[in-house]
Amino acid sequence: MITLDNLTKIFNTSMGPVTAADRVCMEVAEGEVCVLLGPSGCGKTTTLKMVNRLIEKTSGKILVGGRDTDTIDAVELRRTMGYVIQQIGLFPNMTVEENIGVVPRMLGWDSQRIRKRAVELLEMMALSPAVFLRRYPRELSGGQQQRVGVARALAADPPVLIMDEPFGAIDPINREVIQDEFLKMQQTLRKTILFVSHDIDEAVKMADKIAIFRGGKLEQFDSPDNVLAHPANSFIADFVGGDRTLKRLRLLKVRDVLNADSPSVRADESLDIAVRRMHEHDQGHIVVTDQDGRPTGCVLLADAVGRHGAAGDHARALPSPVRLDADLRGAVSSMFTHDAEWLPCVDEAGIFRGQITQRGITHRLGDTYRAAAHAAAVPADDGRPVAPQHFRGAAE
Amino acid sequence: METLRFIGDNASLILYLTVQHISIVGVAVGLAILTGVPIGIAITQNRRVADAVLYVAAIIMTIPSVALFGILMPVLSLTGHGIGYLPAVIAVLLYSQLPIIRNTYTAITNVDPALREAARGMGMRPWQRLWRVEIPLAVPVIMAGVRVAVVINIGITAIAAYIGAGGLGTLISRGISQTDQRQLVAGALAVSLLAIVADYALLWTQRRLTPAGVRA
Repeated sequence: MITLDNLTKIFNTSMGPVTAADRVCMEVAEGEVCVLLGPSGCGKTTTLKMVNRLIEKTSGKILVGGRDTDTIDAVELRRTMGYVIQQIGLFPNMTVEENIGVVPRMLGWDSQRIRKRAVELLEMMALSPAVFLRRYPRELSGGQQQRVGVARALAADPPVLIMDEPFGAIDPINREVIQDEFLKMQQTLRKTILFVSHDIDEAVKMADKIAIFRGGKLEQFDSPDNVLAHPANSFIADFVGGDRTLKRLRLLKVRDVLNADSPSVRADESLDIAVRRMHEHDQGHIVVTDQDGRPTGCVLLADAVGRHGAAGDHARALPSPVRLDADLRGAVSSMFTHDAEWLPCVDEAGIFRGQITQRGITHRLGDTYRAAAHAAAVPADDGRPVAPQHFRGAAE
Repeated sequence: METLRFIGDNASLILYLTVQHISIVGVAVGLAILTGVPIGIAITQNRRVADAVLYVAAIIMTIPSVALFGILMPVLSLTGHGIGYLPAVIAVLLYSQLPIIRNTYTAITNVDPALREAARGMGMRPWQRLWRVEIPLAVPVIMAGVRVAVVINIGITAIAAYIGAGGLGTLISRGISQTDQRQLVAGALAVSLLAIVADYALLWTQRRLTPAGVRA
């Protein structure tokens, strides 16, 4: 959908030419969110603004939807791309409705259609149209303003969104909320989005692809998980942080590391059955559920041996269950909080579906490193260096 | 008391002179808005031109009004209008340039760069940006400049009586030459009152022209 081909920008400053973007090549597929990431002055914003031609490139090509942007009038081009900036930039002299209607009006929509679209977008942003259509920007909170800013960018239903640190000026709590809303919206809208950020956590959360810049050069262009697991060089490793493996937790859902083959026992079944199932699965605990399959407690093998009666009578308190669609970061945090080695997992209806264990999670996170170590070890046949022994050990 | 009686006896004359006074200031400041606002907007494109234009306007402002009339007289005599209404209007027009150009320039350059960036990024053409964003936001400051121009020039126009332009200055000049305190005080009072009333009327207009979203 968006292709950058050897995109270069050289600014002529009083201190001589400065290369802000150096032969940047990348391709963003339709419906993907690509986050341009890097320290300030790395060229990410320059690259972004060359796409909607707020900055004219020095050389290279930009294709949007297969069309060379040089062949399109810059103003016409911008009207086909939603634009959101950090400072929001709602026009203070216009109402919310007029702000949303700016691009549609330039495209010649009639006022009925603009009103209808504004109502639709405000509802999508969870802002009541009856309250907000007639308001002026200064009557809105920062979070509400940014929602209107996004609505304004979406007004003419452009296929592409250009976002320059859109959530950078919002307080951390509201930022999380708006990011979540935005992701949810993106799941149905499937816009192609270029998004500048300097926050690795935001990038990991929002991106399908991350493009990391340094000194005008594109250093790595990859999925968030690959950027975190396999940073291309030490600069990127430093930039994404020493806790990068922990950051990968956010990319995984509980269901990704679920052990569905976990035993459970109904409260009214006998302790013998519970003990037998624990032995079958070679584990020291079993989840006790009610008639409907909701977890209510657990029985430990040590408590059960040599005793009799219903499983429910010997149950202990259960570590708090986690939902299958929860992100793994929260689940792991909960494990650490409760000093639990495992957590029961439930579906939307609260029915027990299996468990996650610390071992299972570390194993899953380690997969990609073992695969890489393995790949590095394979070409040993061509006489290239053999991977260190402990990596190969881990692969087995 | 005598002054009050004089005012009562000459109400129609004072009214006539007031209308004459307003006509000079009104026409001149009206023309000054038509020239000053576009100049103020145009010079936002180039910092050096802006500095030069504002410098010239400031210099004009420092010329004493009597001297300016003196300069205009021989020039305009070539067209046969060396004294009277025309030089008065031209002088007021010139004196109005600085507050109007400067306020317009400041107001437009002070529009939040983020708004300009948003407008550009959304695909507004420069004219659309000017008409729909920059000018509406600049109106309060431009109007403040117009108010300053009107108040200053109501005073300056009083002096134009000496070149036969009429207006309330006529009472003052006659009062001085005839050592008639009544005329002098009546003229001075009328000029002051006119300035205050005009300022309030323009303040009201300024509020009406300010977009609701930015009204304080």
